Amino acid sequence: MSEPLLSIENLSVRLPSGADRSHALNDVSLTLSAGEILCVVGESGSGKSMLASTVMRLLPPGVTASSGRVLMGGTDLLTLSEPEMRRVRGARIGMIFQEPMTALNPLLRAGDQVGEMFAIHTDLDKAAIREKVLALFREVRLPDPEAALRAYPHELSGGQRQRVMIAMALALEPAVLIADEPTTALDVTTQARILALIEDIQKRRGMAVLFITHDFGVVAEIADRVAVMQHGLLVEEGPAEAVLNRPQAEYTKALIAAVPPLTPAERRPQGADAAPILRIENVSKTYRSGGLFATKRVTHAVKDVTLSLPQGTTLGVVGESGSGKSTLARCIIRLLDTDEGSIQLGDTDLAALSRSEMRREARRIQMVFQDPYASLNPRRRAGELVAQGPMVHGMGRAEALAKARDLFALVGLDPAAIDRFPHEFSGGQRQRIGLARALALEPEVLVADEPVSALDVSVQAQVLRLLDDLRDRLGLSMVFITHDLRVAAQICDRIAVMKDGVVVEEGITAEVFLAPKHDYTRALLAAVPGRDWSAKAAERARQPGRMATASPA
Amino acid sequence: MTGSLARYAKNPAALLGLVLLLAVIAMALLAPILFPKDPLSLAGRPLQWPDLGGRFPLGTDNSGRDIAAQIFHGAQVSLLIGLVATTISIAIGIVVGALAGFYGGWIDDALMRVTEAFQTLPNFLLLLVLVAVFGSDITTVTVAIGLVSWPATARLTRAEFLTLRNREFVQACRVLGMGDLRIIFREILPNALPPVIVYASVVMAIAILLESALAFLSLSDPNIASWGNLIGAGRNVLRVQWYVSAIPGVAILLTVLAVSLVGQGLNDALNPRLRRNPKP
Amino acid sequence: MTILSLALRRLAASLPTLVIILAGLFLLLQLAPGDTVDALMAQMGGGDPALAEELRRFYGLDISALAQLGRYLLRLVQFDLGQSAIYGKPVAQVIAERLPVTLLLMGSSLSLAFAAGTALGILAARQLDRWPDTLISTLGLIFYATPSFWFGLMGIVLFSITLGWLPSGGFEEVGAGLTGLDRALDIAWHLVLPTVTLALIFLATYLRIMRASMLEVMSLDFVRTARAKGLAETGVVVRHALRNAMLPMVTLIGLQAGTMLGGSVVVESVFALPGLGRLAYESVVQRDLNTLLGIVFVSALLVIVINFLVDLLYGQLDPRIGAGR
Repeated sequence: MSEPLLSIENLSVRLPSGADRSHALNDVSLTLSAGEILCVVGESGSGKSMLASTVMRLLPPGVTASSGRVLMGGTDLLTLSEPEMRRVRGARIGMIFQEPMTALNPLLRAGDQVGEMFAIHTDLDKAAIREKVLALFREVRLPDPEAALRAYPHELSGGQRQRVMIAMALALEPAVLIADEPTTALDVTTQARILALIEDIQKRRGMAVLFITHDFGVVAEIADRVAVMQHGLLVEEGPAEAVLNRPQAEYTKALIAAVPPLTPAERRPQGADAAPILRIENVSKTYRSGGLFATKRVTHAVKDVTLSLPQGTTLGVVGESGSGKSTLARCIIRLLDTDEGSIQLGDTDLAALSRSEMRREARRIQMVFQDPYASLNPRRRAGELVAQGPMVHGMGRAEALAKARDLFALVGLDPAAIDRFPHEFSGGQRQRIGLARALALEPEVLVADEPVSALDVSVQAQVLRLLDDLRDRLGLSMVFITHDLRVAAQICDRIAVMKDGVVVEEGITAEVFLAPKHDYTRALLAAVPGRDWSAKAAERARQPGRMATASPA
Repeated sequence: MTGSLARYAKNPAALLGLVLLLAVIAMALLAPILFPKDPLSLAGRPLQWPDLGGRFPLGTDNSGRDIAAQIFHGAQVSLLIGLVATTISIAIGIVVGALAGFYGGWIDDALMRVTEAFQTLPNFLLLLVLVAVFGSDITTVTVAIGLVSWPATARLTRAEFLTLRNREFVQACRVLGMGDLRIIFREILPNALPPVIVYASVVMAIAILLESALAFLSLSDPNIASWGNLIGAGRNVLRVQWYVSAIPGVAILLTVLAVSLVGQGLNDALNPRLRRNPKP
Repeated sequence: MTILSLALRRLAASLPTLVIILAGLFLLLQLAPGDTVDALMAQMGGGDPALAEELRRFYGLDISALAQLGRYLLRLVQFDLGQSAIYGKPVAQVIAERLPVTLLLMGSSLSLAFAAGTALGILAARQLDRWPDTLISTLGLIFYATPSFWFGLMGIVLFSITLGWLPSGGFEEVGAGLTGLDRALDIAWHLVLPTVTLALIFLATYLRIMRASMLEVMSLDFVRTARAKGLAETGVVVRHALRNAMLPMVTLIGLQAGTMLGGSVVVESVFALPGLGRLAYESVVQRDLNTLLGIVFVSALLVIVINFLVDLLYGQLDPRIGAGR
């Protein structure tokens, strides 16, 4: 290994008093050499993003590096003056961020924002800068580089914006690129293309990349070396192959074990031929924007969808953003009115009910929401939130609260916690409260809209297990909306793949995963990061005896 | 909530505002005790300069009325008008904004058209018209001030409702089968209220200023010891006895300042966004 | 082009608003005890009922309220605002004579408030929690809490009476026979105190909004991007934060146009300026309903036009407008 380009030595970063812990980083040492991709991986609160900000000296106010050094080419970046540091930022270390939506200035053209890099650090004239930017846009493979020069951020897609960000970071050919969760906000197929781009450019330019992520799939996809962080501490560090396949630290083992394998879990045979409890027939939903004076815009969010949910099974609806999967979920639950089609729950057509009739039928079909923070009214106690449903449907308060206690126990929460407010619970616990709220009405069908996508991977696994377990114990039937094929593989009996409002493929989960019929399904599966690695990992998990010898180093 | 109280107590400007406001309230309460006589009756020789040790510590105006008495009784008037007008304005604003924001569609269109009409019309001009039509006794003036100052509250409430109505917890309530009114007033409103409560301090400040401006133009109730009336009266003797106008102006300034400071303190205490610790 | 059509669409959408205002006010005025004729008769010290009857016919007050409203709206379309009972001239003419003064006062106050508010707001936000911020924020609060008429009066006491630097009222030196540049300077001289008086309240609002907006924008992701580029702090503020932070300020101009017109009623009264605001006050006192309605109509038009201009300006600043976002 060559001389490291960047070496972080015993770095500690202190948080302002009043934070939930005293240090964001605690005695972290890492090195980054030319031509390698170092992935720093960890769950939320691990300090991984703080590490990136410290290297760039872009820490939030009140947060300071209290000890340690960040050496680059023999100088400690932490001791540089602000003007000296500015010559490092952009020129020697480039950076890309998580949210391509907000990381670009909405009022300036993309070309000008990238061109600014040259304006700051070089003496090039306008025409030369334009040529440089154009070349960069070609390098990051923006579809129409000329048009992208003049485009404002809102005129570009999420993936295109991230390409602009990458072009910006690469402009001055920095030796080091810091990428802070650059694909987290992107759809899986876009993510695959951006990852390929970063890897490709890194190889060609021999750059060193510090890649921050929470996703072991992404790590498996691109990392040369891996550093695992937890609570501001470096837990484990080593070559990617070793850490991924033979993790040493308990925490790393647990994290990797929690990553759902892409291969479908073996499901009970029952259910496949059970009578359908929910039949969605030819459902369409269009959005119309604009009013009296504006030109009307019509979006077909859901087009002629027909699906059925056999009693006691889970039907997964997967798709990328804009596929119409969430709209479909909201149509099923009548949060949105369908334009056409019927939604048969038993013998009732939910789509044909009036508002007040639907209110009475509400107890038969319930929903679990995505965001553990937004889905609970912050001003009500947890028990009240769960008891509300039965109370709306006529149950007395005392009885409803008693029921809430039972439900708390059922979803794995302390029944004594019903007097607490939502903010006193963690994300995973809040999702359990949301689940208890839905179960309180003893519904026949549960619609779960991305119920685990806002959770850390270890918590995700627990909530998935709980859902699966409850479905069996309570005889629930479930519609499970997700963008994550790994999650879908674990919990769904059948899967429907949606794209642009249409179901392109539907079938038994194992068949869809192993022998996808539609091109889009194949593309979606191929884009899942780290699929080869997780398949091997799953293989090893099934044959524990071979684990010790599985790796030719 | 206790966190909010603690944050408020740590904010010196907010505490100053609270002290000022309590002082004005004390003046209003003490007025009938310290100055039992009608503050608008003749008390002595006109235009006596303020003399802190004398019979008229703040002097007398051009009609020989005790300025100190008018200031104390004026505190009553200003606070009363401020409170009542603010209540009227906030109540209208919340109902209009809540309905428009929650239901959207034609209800929103219709209510917003009316709101826009009120906003397009200069509010002081509308106030003049209302007072011209319905007279200028104190009740009319108060109600009129409430009627002209609700649109901003309505817009604020509507904006809050527009974001909150699509929050998942509201959708969850609808999924549970809860009725609209219950969702609007028991689930959404408590969450939409903090910024509205903070804005109420702005409405109150505006209400007090509007009344004083009206009184200054002698279009408010002439039979009430209003600070604005006194400033208007002092205008005729501005050249020499400028204190007649100056003193009630300071009283208005301090009262409105107190209300604004308390409002800002509440804002910082209820929405501690800028003070939040960075995420590790 | 899309921006213009968007702004025009908003302009068209404000027509119903205008009708609501006029109809509402006209019907409201019907509730007023006594009408123009009563006021005239009172001025003349009473008169016989036959004369009153004739006057009512002359002013079109003898028909039903609804018919009067219909007639009024019809005339408005032709921009005929009727006859002013008190001034004995067409209302349109009376208003046209007064309007320039008000426009001048509003324009200069708005410019002052906007420019000073922006500058002070930026300064306060950049010096957050240090003494310039504290000083500016405190001054802002005090300006906001001060009744404008009182500020005007105290200005007169200090600058006209005590120091003798500025005139205490009026639009220009009547009878001085000044022309051209001299006259313009004279008017400007007279407008210094009124402009500052009217501007101070709005200055307070603008500076507060600018400060908050600046703080908000400076915490956004793209500002971090700008810093990660190696841009110096001044560059970050000027090139990236400023224009974004100005957007709420521009919106505020439109929102406050009405309030500013209302404020000019009081300020014009304090400084005896022959503007629209003072005219409104006079017509309320003298119960000249035609004139009052005319002023309301013109004010509403003015606010609508200002909002139209604000829409255009906003569209220029924000490329997302017109893209349907």
